[in-house]
Amino acid sequence: MISLNEVSKRYPGSRELALQSVTMTVGSGEFVFLVGQSGAGKSTLLRLLFREYLPSSGVITYRGRNLARFSGGELLRYRRKIGMVFQDFRLLKQKTVFENVAFALEVVGHSPQSIRKSVPAALEEVGLLDRMLAFPAELSGGEQQRVGIARAMVRKPQLILADEPTGNVDPDNALQLMELFAAINRAGTTIVIATHASDMVDRLRQRVVQLERGRIIRDVKRGGYSNEP
Amino acid sequence: MNLNSLRYSLRQGVVSLRRNALLALVTTSMVAVSLAILGGFMLLSANVRQIVHTIESNVEIAVFADMEADVKALRTELNQAQGVREIVFVPRDEGLRELGRSLGDPELFHVFTERNNPLPDVFRVRVQAADEVSSVAEVIRKMRGVDTVDYGEELVAQLLGMTRWVSGLLVATSALLGLGAIFLVIAIIRLSVMARQEEIGVMKYLGASNGFIRLPFVLEGTVMGFFGAVLASLVLWLLYDALIAGLEGMALPLLLNPVTGLTQLGPVFGTMLALGTSVGGFGSLLAVRKYLHNR
Repeated sequence: MISLNEVSKRYPGSRELALQSVTMTVGSGEFVFLVGQSGAGKSTLLRLLFREYLPSSGVITYRGRNLARFSGGELLRYRRKIGMVFQDFRLLKQKTVFENVAFALEVVGHSPQSIRKSVPAALEEVGLLDRMLAFPAELSGGEQQRVGIARAMVRKPQLILADEPTGNVDPDNALQLMELFAAINRAGTTIVIATHASDMVDRLRQRVVQLERGRIIRDVKRGGYSNEP
Repeated sequence: MNLNSLRYSLRQGVVSLRRNALLALVTTSMVAVSLAILGGFMLLSANVRQIVHTIESNVEIAVFADMEADVKALRTELNQAQGVREIVFVPRDEGLRELGRSLGDPELFHVFTERNNPLPDVFRVRVQAADEVSSVAEVIRKMRGVDTVDYGEELVAQLLGMTRWVSGLLVATSALLGLGAIFLVIAIIRLSVMARQEEIGVMKYLGASNGFIRLPFVLEGTVMGFFGAVLASLVLWLLYDALIAGLEGMALPLLLNPVTGLTQLGPVFGTMLALGTSVGGFGSLLAVRKYLHNR
């Protein structure tokens, strides 16, 4: 689905490379954890996949096409196939839960009828149907992240990119969120999660790509969800 | 952008105006103040233009015929001269009566007869444009039967020079104020955009097109600019109307009569409305541009 070939990234004004010669492939339907210390390059990798940044060198391809060569319209269509989940949730505080999720459909021109149908379904999947009229400030961290996930999945994206999605929630909620991601993945969506939560990573037994100082130092594929502590 | 997106963007523009009512009110008021000052200068400029026009249309060349002149032939020649708009003939005897009238008694010079009247026949010539007066006068001076030509060269030149200078100054000031209004609107709308920077960021992550993000801001700016211009026009109209009403009781010389016609005031208020609306929309476009190109 997405391949990185010798991808490096240097931020303007920095002498250090945030990513160095990264080569990897994310297949359709895969569940990938990006792990590593702060500054290892996990978030940079996610942003490159979203094409928020362009690589300083190397090539990223999506279904065989170089992301750097996408036209404005192609980039827009590509991004609409991706759902983003953030550590700080990035919910709009003046909008209700329903409106926040609906926003993802409104910005791409869905009709009010389709929004009225899709949003409750997404909220039901994340277990927040009964809170759809609440505002973000009235929700716990875990609930806010569920709204973030509902917003990311409501358009049924091909790929979900999540940057430290459990960083601001307690361990119980973190596990539930990871289980939610696993369920979404089982329905066919490719998922790439950057995280520090090694216990979650161990428990979900999915592919793990470990980064250190911008380089991949480990890439392990494992067999799937484990129920053992 | 499809119809759903368009409908959503328009609704968002209205919602945002309601939500940021205070900021919208401040922006609208600032636009109104800038445009009212600008409009005031434009009105002043229209009045100065009218004064220039009055001077131009009243500049007169007095052509004194010599005593033996063939008045009929001279009149024909004057009629054919280029740049001449109107000719009024004042015969010698009428000239004498006019002189008497100007001194308070039309019969003051009744002792003079046609034979000993010392005044010559005079043609009062009006030109088409005031700046042509000296060249037309020169042509007339060389005509057969012309004794002297007088049009108060120095006074006309000074008056015209002064009004043109004032007019130029007003145009330059108006242009500067217009530019100031644009920058002010951009600065204020940028505040509104900055306040919604997070929302714009989320929209970009959700795959919104630049047009979709831009439209509510442009709509908001256009509405604020339009209402600012309407407010400024209303205030200026009321003040100007009061000024004209105040001047009505005074016996002003024709030269200083204020501009009141719709053909002269219409463009001033029309310009204010067009400028306010476009400054609002264009200012928003510029203000939001920065946030669309950083990703």
